[in-house]
Amino acid sequence: MAHTEQEILDGLAEIVAEETGVDTAEVTADKSFTDDLDVDSLSMMTIAVSAEEKFGAKIPDEEVKNLKTVGDAVTYIKNNQA
Amino acid sequence: MSSRSVVVTGLGATTPLGGDVATTWEAILAGTPGARPLTEDWVGEHELPVTFAATLHTPAAEVLARVETKRLDPFAQYALVASREAWTHAGRPEVDPERLGVAIGSGIGGITTIITAWDTLREKGARRVYPLSIPMLMPNSAAGTISLELGARAGAHALVSACSSGAESIGYGAGMIRSGKADVVVAGGAEAAVHPLPIAGFAAMQALSTRNDDPAGASRPYDASRDGFVLGEGAAVMVLEDEEHARARGASIICRLSGVGTSADAHHIAAPEPEGAGAARAMTEAVQDAGAAASDLSHINAHATSTPVGDVAEVAAIRRAFGSDADHMAVSGTKSMTGHLLGAAGSLEAVLTVLAVQHRVAPPTINITELDPEVDLDVVRDEPRPLGDGPLLALNNSFGFGGHDVALAFGSL
Repeated sequence: MAHTEQEILDGLAEIVAEETGVDTAEVTADKSFTDDLDVDSLSMMTIAVSAEEKFGAKIPDEEVKNLKTVGDAVTYIKNNQA
Repeated sequence: MSSRSVVVTGLGATTPLGGDVATTWEAILAGTPGARPLTEDWVGEHELPVTFAATLHTPAAEVLARVETKRLDPFAQYALVASREAWTHAGRPEVDPERLGVAIGSGIGGITTIITAWDTLREKGARRVYPLSIPMLMPNSAAGTISLELGARAGAHALVSACSSGAESIGYGAGMIRSGKADVVVAGGAEAAVHPLPIAGFAAMQALSTRNDDPAGASRPYDASRDGFVLGEGAAVMVLEDEEHARARGASIICRLSGVGTSADAHHIAAPEPEGAGAARAMTEAVQDAGAAASDLSHINAHATSTPVGDVAEVAAIRRAFGSDADHMAVSGTKSMTGHLLGAAGSLEAVLTVLAVQHRVAPPTINITELDPEVDLDVVRDEPRPLGDGPLLALNNSFGFGGHDVALAFGSL
């Protein structure tokens, strides 16, 4: 069953909060993972793998670096759900 | 003794007896046993021959942020808890980052992380292995974490010498100050090995007490019926400082780290050298390094793990080092209460030795119902003993598998 954008954003916020300790409310579509949310490349891999597990969307390693903002990730996951 | 004097200006610990130094020390003076039955399912699942350990009094998750417990192996979490306490205790010294060092060792390192990552790999595949697994499992992760936490840039070192790692780290930290490399060093050890694998491994060596029906009485150094050590966990850290630096900033100085002695047995990978020659050399070296004589020494916090062979080998070493002067030394075996914290043991006992000098009292050794006749030393039994007036010099012994011997001498100001 496909997830809505809002569901993906909420789920992603939980994953990011779990990994970095930021508040879920901070994780909004316009935020940059590296500049705004203190996500380094290792954390980004963890977030991608956790998101794969949660939403059933495959995110290849080479695609992860293109996901600059939370919105980028939401869009990618929405378009690539199993 | 070198021209730069090293003093202790802060202490921190999280132990089986307390989540901080004050609680731990209070429990030590009260003769409280730290061992308790293990309630985890894995005890029965793996049919472990030992079903108790001296587990941490205050879980790290109660004092650290969720993100910290997620991204650090438990041993590094414990180091972080102890280091923050020590740093605060020292008054959060203002120091040039390039003059601030870290020396925090561990006996085993991130064993929980190693095994969890291996389980994940086998059950879910390579892609699911947590990307922080390697930085979490490496035995220098505690040193690196504390260096990051404090912005310490003079050097971050992880001394690994099994059960003497914590003491060796403190000795190394003192060396950094004496050599002029650093003005302040955060030094100690951390261990988190209460896990079925180390328990099974130590039990296979017959190193652990199997007194499953009496955890509180299982760690009994010097008792005639001792049957092995009790596994403990935790961390203990101290802030070492160049005396002039400490005085210039008006720090409250607890005592002096007067001397360091180290040696290697080159005898056996795990068994102590029965004549105690190597251990004795470390002890005499520490006293000489302090510019003192054996007759100046009034207290020894012994390694005394409660193993049948180890305890008497250390007694022989103390006699060999100090001869009849040893008659006047109050000897304490605090592992009777704390259990054996492996790579944190040396630093915890160093902290307890500092407190003994500060409060002029030798901690008790509990659980001795019948003193082993081979122990011809003045063991402090059951109750703490005042150490009297005048200048005090106290020694902390730590020995590790691999034949490592470390002795630290702490002196009153």
